[in-house]
Amino acid sequence: MSDYRISHIAALEAEAIFIFREVAATCQRPVLLFSGGKDSIVMLHLAQKAFAPAPVPFPVMHVDTGQNFAEVIDYRDRRVAETGVQLLVASVQDAIDRGMVTEPPDGTRNRIQTPVLLEAAEKYQFDALFGGARRDEEKARAKERVFSFRDDFGQWDPKNQRPELWNLYNGRVHPGEQIRVFPLSNWTELDVWRYIGSESIPLPEVYFASEREVVDRGGMLYAVNEFIKLREGETVFKETVRYRTVGDANLTAGVRSHATTIDEIIAEVAATRVTERGATRGDDKTSEAAMEDRKREGYF
Amino acid sequence: MTDTMSPPEDSRVSREDTHELLRFATAGSVDDGKSTLIGRLLYDSKALFDDQWDAVEAVSAGRGDEYTDLALLTDGLRSEREQGITIDVAYRYFSTPERKFIIADTPGHIQYTRNMVTGASTADLALILVDARKGLVEQSRRHAFLCSLLRVPHMVLCVNKMDLVDYDEAVFKQIENEFKAFATKLEVPDLTVIPISALKGDNVVNRSEHMPWFQGPSLLHHLEKVHIASDRNLVDVRFPVQHVIRPHSSDNHDYRGYAGQIASGVMKPGDDVTVLPSGFTSKIASIETADGPLDEAFPPLSVTVRLEDELDVSRGDMLCRPGNQPRVSQDIEAMVCWMDEARPLRVRGKYAIKHTTADVRAIVKDVQYQLDVNTLHRDESANELRLNEIGRVTFRTTKPLLCDDYRRNRSTGGFIVIDEADNRTVAAGIIV
Repeated sequence: MSDYRISHIAALEAEAIFIFREVAATCQRPVLLFSGGKDSIVMLHLAQKAFAPAPVPFPVMHVDTGQNFAEVIDYRDRRVAETGVQLLVASVQDAIDRGMVTEPPDGTRNRIQTPVLLEAAEKYQFDALFGGARRDEEKARAKERVFSFRDDFGQWDPKNQRPELWNLYNGRVHPGEQIRVFPLSNWTELDVWRYIGSESIPLPEVYFASEREVVDRGGMLYAVNEFIKLREGETVFKETVRYRTVGDANLTAGVRSHATTIDEIIAEVAATRVTERGATRGDDKTSEAAMEDRKREGYF
Repeated sequence: MTDTMSPPEDSRVSREDTHELLRFATAGSVDDGKSTLIGRLLYDSKALFDDQWDAVEAVSAGRGDEYTDLALLTDGLRSEREQGITIDVAYRYFSTPERKFIIADTPGHIQYTRNMVTGASTADLALILVDARKGLVEQSRRHAFLCSLLRVPHMVLCVNKMDLVDYDEAVFKQIENEFKAFATKLEVPDLTVIPISALKGDNVVNRSEHMPWFQGPSLLHHLEKVHIASDRNLVDVRFPVQHVIRPHSSDNHDYRGYAGQIASGVMKPGDDVTVLPSGFTSKIASIETADGPLDEAFPPLSVTVRLEDELDVSRGDMLCRPGNQPRVSQDIEAMVCWMDEARPLRVRGKYAIKHTTADVRAIVKDVQYQLDVNTLHRDESANELRLNEIGRVTFRTTKPLLCDDYRRNRSTGGFIVIDEADNRTVAAGIIV
C-alpha cells in the first residue's frame, strides 16, 4: 500500500512538467534557451518528458557568443539531432559584424548577449522564453517569479512583479512583451546533479574532471584555450579540474576536482562550501548588484 | 574518446533521494529577527556558502555593524539594501538529511500584505515571529489571520530574543497563552510555540541549555518531523485538464492524452470518471508518464490520463468521480485580497479570472464587506477594495467554475484576478 509520498526531486519534476505544459497551452510562441550547459540540458529533458509521446512543441535557441567550449557545441548539436527539436542560433559575432553591438575592450561578450537575445526574440516574436535560472544561484534571482514579466524593452522591473499565487501562473502579455519562464526556479545545484544522475542524462565532457593546462587568476583556475590569452607574468601549469558551470570559455573557471562520475560530483557538491557562481564565474564578481543590473537590462 | 560521459547504471542507489519537500512561509519584519533566524537556519544547515558569508561579512564590516548582519543574505534587491527593508517574497533553499525546505521569506509590514498572501498560498507551514520583549503586536495577529485565511495547515510561533528577557519562562508562557487564545478564534489546525534566540542559536537547531523548562523540540527538529503527508486532499478526485497531447505521428496516430497535475484525490486505471462541464462519463484507460504507466496517481504528480471513450475534452475541463463532483457555478463568493496599486476593485468592474486551468471573465456583483485584518472587524459599508485590503466579494462569471470551497481544497478553491487592460495579476480569491 502506497503512502502517497514522493521524493522532493519527484515533486520538483512534477512542478517543472506542469510549468512546461502551462506555457505550451497558454503562450503563442515559446522558445527554450539552450546553451548546452547542465541547467538547459535538464530543461530540455524535462520538456521531452512533459509532452511525450508527442515531440517538444517549441524550438530551442542558443545565444552564441562564439566563445564556447568546443565540447559543448558538439554536445548541443548532437542533442538537438537526437531530440529532433528545431535549433535557432542567435550569433553575437554576427551582431558585432553588423554593428548592432560593440565588443567590449576586454573581449568579454557576456553583457552584449542581451541585445542579441532581445533582437532574436523580436524577430521570431517569441512571447515566452524558458530559461534555466535557479533561485538558489544568486540573491536577485531569489526574488524572481517563475513566470517573470518583461516589458517591450525586455526589461525586468523587480519592484513591479506580478504576484504569483498557488500554481496559477499569469502568462498574459501584449505583443512585444514577453514572459521569461524558469521551470527550475525551486531547484538547487545539488538537485540538478541528483536529477542528472537518477535520469542518466548525458553531459558534455567539461563537467567531469580531467587534467588541463590552467592559469591562476585571482584564485580562479582558467583553462588555457583559444580565448584565454596568457598575460605578462602568468605561468601555465597542469591541474585536474572540472567545471561546475559552463559559460563562455574565457569567463568560466574550473574547480580542482578528481570527480569523473556523476556520483563523485554529487559527493563534492554536497560537501562544497562555495556557491557555483562564486567559484567559477568572473562575470558575477563585478559588484554586489551585478546580476540584478544585468537582469534589469533583459539578461537571462 | 567520446566527449559525452553517461553515468554507470549501477550507481542509482546513492543518488536516490527520498527527502520530503516542506514549503514554509516566514512572516515578520527585520525587527523581529526574522532575517537573522533564516540566516542561522541556512548557516547551521550548511546551505550558506563561504563566499556568501564572506560577502555579507565584508559589507557588514564596511558599514561598521557590531556583528555580521544576516539580513544582508536575504535582502537581495538594491532598493531593499538601501532602505534596509524587505519588499518582496524571496525564496530560500536548504536541506537536512531529513527534508528539503523551501522558505518563502515575506516582509511583515501591512503594506506588504499581498506578499505575505503570496508566500502563504503554497506553504505547508507558517512561521510567525514575535519579539519576547514586545509580546504579541498587531502585526503578529495579522500574520496569523492571513495564514489561517490561506489555510496553511501548520503554524509555528517563535518567541524570539529570549536572551534579552533572561530566558524567562513566565514571559514565554504569557505570550504563548495570549496567542493561543487568539488562535482559537481562527482556524489553525496545528500550532506549535517555541522560545528561541535566533542571534544566539537557542532552540533553532539544537535544544537550548538556557531554557531547561522548555520540553518541546528545537525549531529545526519540528520542521523536520512535522507530519505533512496527511495535509493533501486524497479523497476528492480533481484533475484539471491542462493540455491535450496528440502526437500526430504514424506510431501514435490515434493517441489522445489529457495532461495535467492532479489537484486532489487518487486516480487509478479502470476508475469511472465524469468529465465536467459536459457531464459525459468514461473510464480511465491508463495513466501515463514519460517513465511508463502508473498503477495509481495522486497529488502533486504531473501525468497524462487516457480515457476509454473518445470524448471532446479540452483545457479547462475537469475529470472527477461520478459520485464526488465539484460545484459547477457562475456565482462565486470569495474572500479577495486586492494586490494592485493602480486601481481598486469596484462593483461592476470586469476582470479575467484564472482558476485551475480555466480562464473566464467575471463581473463584480457586490462587495459584501471589507475586513480589517488587524481587528477582524467587518466594514459592510465598503464598496471597493484597495491595495492590501481583504473583503468578501460576489462575482458572476461568463462560464461556470468547477470549484470547491478553499477550506476543503486549496487547488480548486483558489483563483487569481487579472486586469484585462494591462494583464497584471490584481487579486487572489479564496472561494467560500
